[in-house]
Amino acid sequence: MRSTSAGIGLLATLIVSPVFAQTIYPLDRAEILVGARFDLKVEFPGSPALSAVSVTIDGESAEKMLGGSVEYVEREDGQDYAAFLIRNAGLTKPGIHTVVAKAGEKTSTVKWELFDTPNGAAAKNVILFIGDGLSVAHRTAARIMSKGLVEGRYGGELAIDDMPQMALVSTSGTDSVVTDSANAMSAYATGHKTCVNAMGIYCSRAKGNLSHPKVETLGELVKRKRGLAVGVVTNTEIEDATPAGMVAHTRRRADYNDIVKMFHDVKPDIIMGGGSPNFLPKSTPGSKRADEENFVEKFKADGYTFVSTASEMSAAATAGKTKMLGLFNTSNVDGAYDRKFGKGATSKFPDQPDLVDQTKVAIEALAKNENGFMLMVESGRIDKYAHSLDWERSVYDTIMLDNAVKAAKDFAGKRNDTLVIVVPDHAHMVGILGTYDEDLPGGSPREKLGVYEKSKFPQYRPDKDGYPESIDLKQRLAFTFGSYPDHCFDARPHLEGEFVPAVAGPEKGTYVANETACSNTSVRVTGNLPREANTGVHAADDVVLTAMGPGAEAFRGRIDNTRVFRVIATALGLGRE
Amino acid sequence: MRGCGLSRRKVLTVLATLSASSVARADDLEFISFGGLYKSFGVLGYEFADRVRALSGKRVSMAGYMAPPLTAESTFFVLTREPLAICPFCQSDADWPVDILVVYLEQATPLVTAGAKVVVAGELEVGSLADPETGFVSQIRLRHAAYRRA
Ligand SMILES: [Zn+2]
Repeated sequence: MRSTSAGIGLLATLIVSPVFAQTIYPLDRAEILVGARFDLKVEFPGSPALSAVSVTIDGESAEKMLGGSVEYVEREDGQDYAAFLIRNAGLTKPGIHTVVAKAGEKTSTVKWELFDTPNGAAAKNVILFIGDGLSVAHRTAARIMSKGLVEGRYGGELAIDDMPQMALVSTSGTDSVVTDSANAMSAYATGHKTCVNAMGIYCSRAKGNLSHPKVETLGELVKRKRGLAVGVVTNTEIEDATPAGMVAHTRRRADYNDIVKMFHDVKPDIIMGGGSPNFLPKSTPGSKRADEENFVEKFKADGYTFVSTASEMSAAATAGKTKMLGLFNTSNVDGAYDRKFGKGATSKFPDQPDLVDQTKVAIEALAKNENGFMLMVESGRIDKYAHSLDWERSVYDTIMLDNAVKAAKDFAGKRNDTLVIVVPDHAHMVGILGTYDEDLPGGSPREKLGVYEKSKFPQYRPDKDGYPESIDLKQRLAFTFGSYPDHCFDARPHLEGEFVPAVAGPEKGTYVANETACSNTSVRVTGNLPREANTGVHAADDVVLTAMGPGAEAFRGRIDNTRVFRVIATALGLGRE
Repeated sequence: MRGCGLSRRKVLTVLATLSASSVARADDLEFISFGGLYKSFGVLGYEFADRVRALSGKRVSMAGYMAPPLTAESTFFVLTREPLAICPFCQSDADWPVDILVVYLEQATPLVTAGAKVVVAGELEVGSLADPETGFVSQIRLRHAAYRRA
């Protein structure tokens, strides 16, 4: 069955491929930047001999079209297929290309769209902000809490809202409706969709996490094509999926030691986040490496200034350093709430930087590169706190993202050469239901809940940075989660530490309510997730992107997440040498 | 019943047995808190406190939370400062906190439901070691240990 309609073509692939046909990677309907590198892989079921198969692109041999040599692996990893591979390939002609794989009677066809960037570089710099898990209710809550809401009108705009372009972004990956941060970031960083837990690859049948067909990342592309400086800045562990997506090619996001090496291979100029243990040699107490490699020393030897506190970071910036490795915590950097109120791990790490300062330092350092820069900044704990059903911490980190975006807009506003994009990677099931009011009679959460006309405007008193001075108000937002494990719920803020909704249960791999959160004012909530879930989960809802600067006008309507890469590549003119 | 499952009655019986033995005397031993383990703790690693080094080879007691165990009955578990929401053994993308203590029990013992606070007594051992069976790397351990619920 053949069709020129992409929709019908996909249907044919979906129905036929599991049993009969060869699988071709990149998959059908891939959008590929001209000149961007990728691995072509075809899996031939039954493992026929090389002489019995053919792979063509637009009727010519794939080898000739891609200019590489064929690796042919019969029974790859002992499985019942043969792998046909051309690595590190590229195509230069824009337009639709048809890839046909044949083995005897069996034929598979996919179409790729090669896109060019014919107008050259409209933007010199790109700043890509990722609000991990940032959902619409987070924005609304951040606006209410930091700008105030009176008689239905806000006291101001968020920097993330106040942008000329807006689009709705769909986030599903190649394997599932609901995405995770790895394949979500990979779509932004490569323009290709992939599967849960994977980055910079297509998920093939290969067994090794590093053996799947690769696609080039933004971190690699902008350096290779345009000599841009690259920054990767986060408040999570630097090896975590979103920052890693800028440089990594792996089937398994949890392989932090592999990812540290990939950072070192690509060498972004500015690298900042938490997660130091995977940089330290095994013999150092606190290391999480399995070997004696010392990546802090390796980066230093490559000319990086290593910083571990906010003060060291500022000093390096003042000294005009342009290459920095900043590791500020053994785990995630503490969130804005815990740093403001001295909770979390702030006693161990009292001088962790704020994402806003990291962003300012990164921009200042990267802007010294005359070719321009590509900076990715992630506010990563919006997601982590949404997982732990701790909405106030999630919203504090949304406000922190907003402040970081404000700093980037201050930079970009003075010039017309910087594309600024703010986009979540996926959604959480969150919503604002009304308010909780301690003055309402009764002791249980549902008796304290005010909906419709009883949801009076809460009075969060924001400090100069927009963070509420207190979240322990008599009247506060009722921000709710749509997916959860068993837990005890008291509708109260978690002042002392991040909420832990569930702990491991008596049966291996299952979770039960964390009893330390249960009291006579809480209710037991039966989880609506499989019992293997210990936190809330991501949602497939579309997410809101906002953007400004040259190239931003391409963002409108509903887009797939891969389109974000395409707009960046187009704005930077990455199709041209 | 599979996995780490244990009937409540069985747990209670075992705990009763244990509390009558050496752990009951844990209160007489030198107590080390998680907070007191380190002299310095930074992004480039940590150093154990002088007191901890000095107590190496002696019987001490510590309190913490039992991480979700691998099997219902074991001679090995991980003690953590806070109850672990995650089960690093069960979940590929979860990871251990840095400050953990590995406990080798005197004999194979049924383990309590994870998340329970326990007091452990055992012989303190400091220094990097990979568990010969699981490959689990630890920097500090209690050997010939026994525990009771706190
Ligand atoms: Zn998440």
